[in-house]
Amino acid sequence: MGILTKYRFFLFFVGLLLANIMPNHAKTIHVGRGQAIIQIRKAIALAKHGDTILVNSGIYKEGNIIIDKAVHLVGKDYPILDGELKYEILSIKSDGVSVKGFRIQNSGRTTMSDPGAIKVYDVKNVSIEKNILINNYFGIYLQYAEKCIIKNNVISASQKEENQSGNGIHCWKSDSLQIIGNKIEGHRDGIYFEFVTHSVIWRNIAKNNLRYGLHFMFSHNNAYITNLFKHNGAGVAVMFTKKVVMMNNTFEENWGDAAYGVLFKELSDCYLSGNRFIKNTTGIFFDGSNRIVAERNLFQGNGWGMRMQANCMDNSISHNNFMGNTFDVTTNGSLTLNQFFENYWDKYEGYDLDKDKIGDVPYHPLSLYAVIVEKNPPAMLLYRSFMISLLDKSEKILPSLTPENFVDNKPRMSPYNL
Amino acid sequence: MMRILKYVALDILKNKIIIAYAIMLALFSWSAFGLEDNAAKGLLTVLNIILLTVPLMSVLFATIYVYNSSEFIELLLSHPIKRSKIWKALFTGLSLSMVAAYVFGAGIPLFIFAQWNIALMTITVGSLLSVIFVAIAFLSSIITRDKAKGIGTSIMLWLYFALLFDGLVLFLFFQFSDYPIEKAVVFLSALSPIDLSRILILLKLDVSAMLGYTGAVFKNSFGSDWGLVLSFTLLAFWALVPFYLSLRKFKSKDL
Repeated sequence: MGILTKYRFFLFFVGLLLANIMPNHAKTIHVGRGQAIIQIRKAIALAKHGDTILVNSGIYKEGNIIIDKAVHLVGKDYPILDGELKYEILSIKSDGVSVKGFRIQNSGRTTMSDPGAIKVYDVKNVSIEKNILINNYFGIYLQYAEKCIIKNNVISASQKEENQSGNGIHCWKSDSLQIIGNKIEGHRDGIYFEFVTHSVIWRNIAKNNLRYGLHFMFSHNNAYITNLFKHNGAGVAVMFTKKVVMMNNTFEENWGDAAYGVLFKELSDCYLSGNRFIKNTTGIFFDGSNRIVAERNLFQGNGWGMRMQANCMDNSISHNNFMGNTFDVTTNGSLTLNQFFENYWDKYEGYDLDKDKIGDVPYHPLSLYAVIVEKNPPAMLLYRSFMISLLDKSEKILPSLTPENFVDNKPRMSPYNL
Repeated sequence: MMRILKYVALDILKNKIIIAYAIMLALFSWSAFGLEDNAAKGLLTVLNIILLTVPLMSVLFATIYVYNSSEFIELLLSHPIKRSKIWKALFTGLSLSMVAAYVFGAGIPLFIFAQWNIALMTITVGSLLSVIFVAIAFLSSIITRDKAKGIGTSIMLWLYFALLFDGLVLFLFFQFSDYPIEKAVVFLSALSPIDLSRILILLKLDVSAMLGYTGAVFKNSFGSDWGLVLSFTLLAFWALVPFYLSLRKFKSKDL
C-alpha cells in the first residue's frame, strides 16, 4: 500500500505514456478470402476512426463502396475492385481517408452522375496512392476537396469517342492539391481542373488522351512542374486563369488540325521556363493573354513555334531557342505590344562583329508568308511553292508588309544550352 | 514503231545529257537527304528541286530535241510509215528517257530515305510531271517552225506553271478573301500540274495538318481514294491533251 502510494504518480505517468504509444483504438481489419470478413463494405461498417483495412488480393464486386470514416484502405498485391460497368466504385465522404494499392476497374458510365473509379466528396486530407485504374469513366474525381494527395497512380482507359469517356484526374472547386507522378492514358482529358487553386502538379505523364492532356479553367496560383504531355488529341488547353507557373514540362507530338502544344486563352501573369515544345502543330497559341514571361523554353520542329494573337499585351519572350519550326512566330495584326529579346532563332542570318554572342542586326521573326497565311488561311495551299520562297526572301531583305516592331533586337548567335 | 523507238532511245542515250541530268538529280537528292537532319525536311528540299528542275529540263530538252531531229523526221517520212507512229514513237522515247533519268536520279535516294508510300507518291508524280512537260514541249515545237519562238514558248509555259500561276492564285486569294473561296481555290490549283503535284505530295507528309481547312477540302476532293484517281486522271489529261493536239497538227502539217 505504502509503495503504491509512493509510486502512484510514477505509475500514472507510465500508464499515460503507454496509452499514447500503443494504438489502443486503431486496429487493422483483414479482408479477403479465408479471413473473418470477406466484404470491404462490412469491414468499413465495423471499422472505427483511424483503423486500417487491409484487403487481400482477389476480385471484389461490391457495387458502390462508400467510405464515410477516416480509414486507411490498403490493398495487398493489388486486389481488384470491379464496378461491372454499373457503379461508381469508391466514394470517399470522410476526411483523412487513404486508398492505396488497388486495381480499380470498369466503373459505370453515365453522364447524369459522372461516376468515377474514385470520387472524393467535399472532404480534406485524402490521399490516393499507387492505384491502378483501368477502363473507368472518370478516373479520380475530386469535388470540393482540400489538401489531398494523388500520387503515383496509373490511370488508363480505351474509349474511342470523347462523349463516352471521362477525365483521368478531374478536380472541381478544390484547393491545395498535390498531384504527383501519375500516368494517365486514353481518357478524354488527362488532367482536368476547374476552380482549383494553390495546387502543385508534378512529374505526371498524360499521353494519348482523346482530347486534352491538361485542361484547366479558373484555376489560379497553380504550379506545373516536369510533366509530360504527349500525343494528345488536341494537346493542352488552359483558359481564364491567373498566376500559373509552368516549369520544365514537355509538350510533344500534339499534331493535328486543331492541336496545340499549349493553347493559352485569357491567361495572365504566368511564368513559363524550361519547357520543351517539340513537334506540335502549334507550340504555344496565345489568345488574349497578358503579362506572361516565357524564358529559356525550347521550340523545336513545330509547324508554328508560337502564335501570338494581336490581342495579347505585355508578354515577354526571351532567351528561348527556336529551332526547325516551319514558322517561328506569327501574329494576326500589325499592333505588337509584346517584347521579344535575346532569343535564338535558327533562321537568323545576321553576323556578330563585336563577338558578344548577340547578333548585330535585328531579327524579324515574322515571315511574309506567315503574315499572308494568318490573314488568308487558304494561302497555306501554296506552302513550299517557289513563288512564296521568292517573296519571303525579298521581304527578309526589305521588310515592307510585316509589322516593323515585331522584332528581336538582340538575337543570339548560338543556341542556349537548354 | 518499236524500231523508231529504239533509234530515238539510242540517240538520246548517245547524247549523254540525259545521263548528266540523272546524275545531277541524284547529287541533289543525296545531298538534300544527307544535309538535313531529318528525312521529312530532306524530302521537302527534294520536292522543291523536283517541282522546279524536272519540268524545266523536260520541256527544254524535249523542245530542242524535236527541233534538232527535224531532218530525221523528214527522212522517216519518206518511208512508208504512218505519220502518227513516228510522232508517237518520238514522244514515247523522249518521255521514257526523261522518266528513267528521274527514277534513277531521284527515285533511289527517295526509296532509301523516305517512307515508301511517300517515296512512291513523289516518284509517280515526278514521272507524270516529266511526261506532261515533254507533251507541252511537243505542242510548242509543232506550233511554229521558228526554233527561237518554239523554245521561247516552252520557257514561257514553264515560267507560267512554275512561278506565275502561284502568283495569280495568291492574287485571287487576296481579291476574294471575303468570300468562301476554299472549293474554288482547290479546283483552281488543280489546273496547274505543278501545283497539283506539290499538294499531292504535301498531303502525304506531316505538314498536311498545317494546311488547315482548305487543305482538308483538298484532301477530300483530291487526296481520298477516288480523289487520287481523279487527280491522276487530271495529270494524265495534262499529258494527253497537249500531245494529242500536237499529233493532230503533225499529221496535217506541211513539213
